[in-house]
Amino acid sequence: MEKFIKLIDTAIPLDAENVDTDQIIPARFLKATDKSGFGENLFRDWRFDKNGEPIEDFVLNQNKYSGSILIAGNNFGCGSSREHAAWAIKAYGFKAVVSSYFADIFKGNALNNGLLPVQVSPDFLHRLFTSVEKDPKEKFSIDLEQQKITIKSSGDSEHFDIDPYKKTCLINAYDDIDFLTSKLAEIKKFEEKRSGKESIPQETL
Amino acid sequence: MKKTLFDKIWDSHVVESIPDGPDILYIDKHLIHEVTSPQAFNELKERNIPVFRPEQIVATADHNTPTQDQHLPVKDLLSRKQLKELSQNCEENNITLYGLGHPYNGIVHVMAPELGITQPGMTIVCGDSHTSTHGAFGTIAFGIGTSQVTQVFASQCLLVEKPKKLRVNVNGKLKKGVLPKDVILYIISKLGTNSGTGYFCEYAGNVFEEMSMEGRMTVCNMSIEMGARGGLIAPDQTTIDYVEGREFAPKGEEFEKMKAYWETLKTDEGAEFDQEYSFEAEDIEPMITYGTNPGMGIKLTGSIPIEGDKSDAKALSYMNFKPGETLLEKPINYIFIGSCTNSRIEDFRVAASYIKGKRKADNVNALIVPGSQQVATQIREEGLDKVFEEAGFTLRQPGCSACLAMNDDKIPEGEYCVSTSNRNFEGRQGPGSRTILASPLTAAATAISGKISDHTLTLN
Repeated sequence: MEKFIKLIDTAIPLDAENVDTDQIIPARFLKATDKSGFGENLFRDWRFDKNGEPIEDFVLNQNKYSGSILIAGNNFGCGSSREHAAWAIKAYGFKAVVSSYFADIFKGNALNNGLLPVQVSPDFLHRLFTSVEKDPKEKFSIDLEQQKITIKSSGDSEHFDIDPYKKTCLINAYDDIDFLTSKLAEIKKFEEKRSGKESIPQETL
Repeated sequence: MKKTLFDKIWDSHVVESIPDGPDILYIDKHLIHEVTSPQAFNELKERNIPVFRPEQIVATADHNTPTQDQHLPVKDLLSRKQLKELSQNCEENNITLYGLGHPYNGIVHVMAPELGITQPGMTIVCGDSHTSTHGAFGTIAFGIGTSQVTQVFASQCLLVEKPKKLRVNVNGKLKKGVLPKDVILYIISKLGTNSGTGYFCEYAGNVFEEMSMEGRMTVCNMSIEMGARGGLIAPDQTTIDYVEGREFAPKGEEFEKMKAYWETLKTDEGAEFDQEYSFEAEDIEPMITYGTNPGMGIKLTGSIPIEGDKSDAKALSYMNFKPGETLLEKPINYIFIGSCTNSRIEDFRVAASYIKGKRKADNVNALIVPGSQQVATQIREEGLDKVFEEAGFTLRQPGCSACLAMNDDKIPEGEYCVSTSNRNFEGRQGPGSRTILASPLTAAATAISGKISDHTLTLN
């Protein structure tokens, strides 16, 4: 996993709410058995028509917008648990997604892939949309150490929350597998304590 | 301290709590399928990490499988490769696989409960968001991403923050023709698609107590559609009777011991929830959705809300509906009865009881897909296959099928499908398809009349 410490870049505004993982990556593209190539089909049915031609109105097809920050409407990433959604966003070139709300599973998947979900207030999200729509060259800074997101030109900023453990993981590029495999002795002890029969916690016997 | 059902199960599975961080949560059963596991197996291989507890993993093939000619090689090459990798990965890692054609094969959330793999008090995970289904047994069951699948392979544990607790109470007497699907669609329509985010939801009240296990599974299945990671219902005699005697359920003395424990799994009187909602059963009517998320539901005889925001406008434009419009009498060319929400024997019984002696409308393409081989067998044993056949319905082999349209079972662009599945997202049932979520009874009635119809009219 890549480290995430601080990012300063322009952003692409996706002004839609309840963006579900079926839109991020439709199920028909989930047949791959490796993690590569999903970026090409990110937002496939919003980005391309049935003949594979780019749909001009869609933000990813508008040349004026670029950058590695995706700004999206409320409740981003709802629906299916497919991690392919996080892989697709990452593979397309995004490093952070900003929204006023993230669905649980998507948020976890993003964090496990070094893609930072930045949850801001609805008011601040509105200001982010306004600033990028006004000036597509506007830069935003996302500082994970300080847990702060800033609109560069105005200095308008907001604090964001993140699980302290996950923050450490991102800053150091650790992943949960390293941590969990270092705990196998404790896990075995836990298994033994459960009286050799699954599901019966000691205290109830 | 007074504990909720959720606390009791969660706390007994915590290996260690990391200060200022997540819990290390022990997982009793890990269910896997072909779509979200290959990258996890690859990662283990790359990092040279063995599968820690292969005997606690069960695999099935369901998402990406054809629903006809399952005895023949799978035609789609990518699907075939994905299925082959699942077989190889299971074989190399000593994991039990119930592959295509096996008598135990089926949709992961249908086959695991019916085989007795799912038992009260367990923690169960799967790389699929509808893992919440298993909560019907009083288990903590939730969907995970592929990185987490790798974590469970490597350690039989997950690093997770303990979610907050939500309780939804429904008490009273349900009207005739109102099915468990209507109850959950009603709840989601009232609470919205992200009301449950960050929560685990306990369903309580006499309505759930009186439901069959199949009905409880339908309810818990859709917990994720209001954003909740999982939903659960306290185990009771109905649960115990369902589990007893199943293939992998404990037997004899062991069963008695477990039963005594399962009976302790209920929320203590006075235990606190972070959020609680209550509804009256009498207010619930048969439901349908009109938009592109499961929260956009109305009663079958109702009309689309006139007040709406930008998202509603986008959804209505996709569905080609107008604010204020009534959906009753709307011509429909496709219906689908299946998916992990409604593909259990009870769902087909209720559909068949309505269909018996009738014939589908000529314009309708009616697809019936059982959730598992066992359900398919039961359909034949009870003669329901004849009912469907005589009515002109197409009965297929088990799988996820048109719920997510990974295989050939797709709804064509621009067509409406009254579907018993769980998601009406844009293009969910095929590019450009328009999904209307409903109960098996509403789907059956729609197939017969060729338009959205109020089946309750025939009940009185």
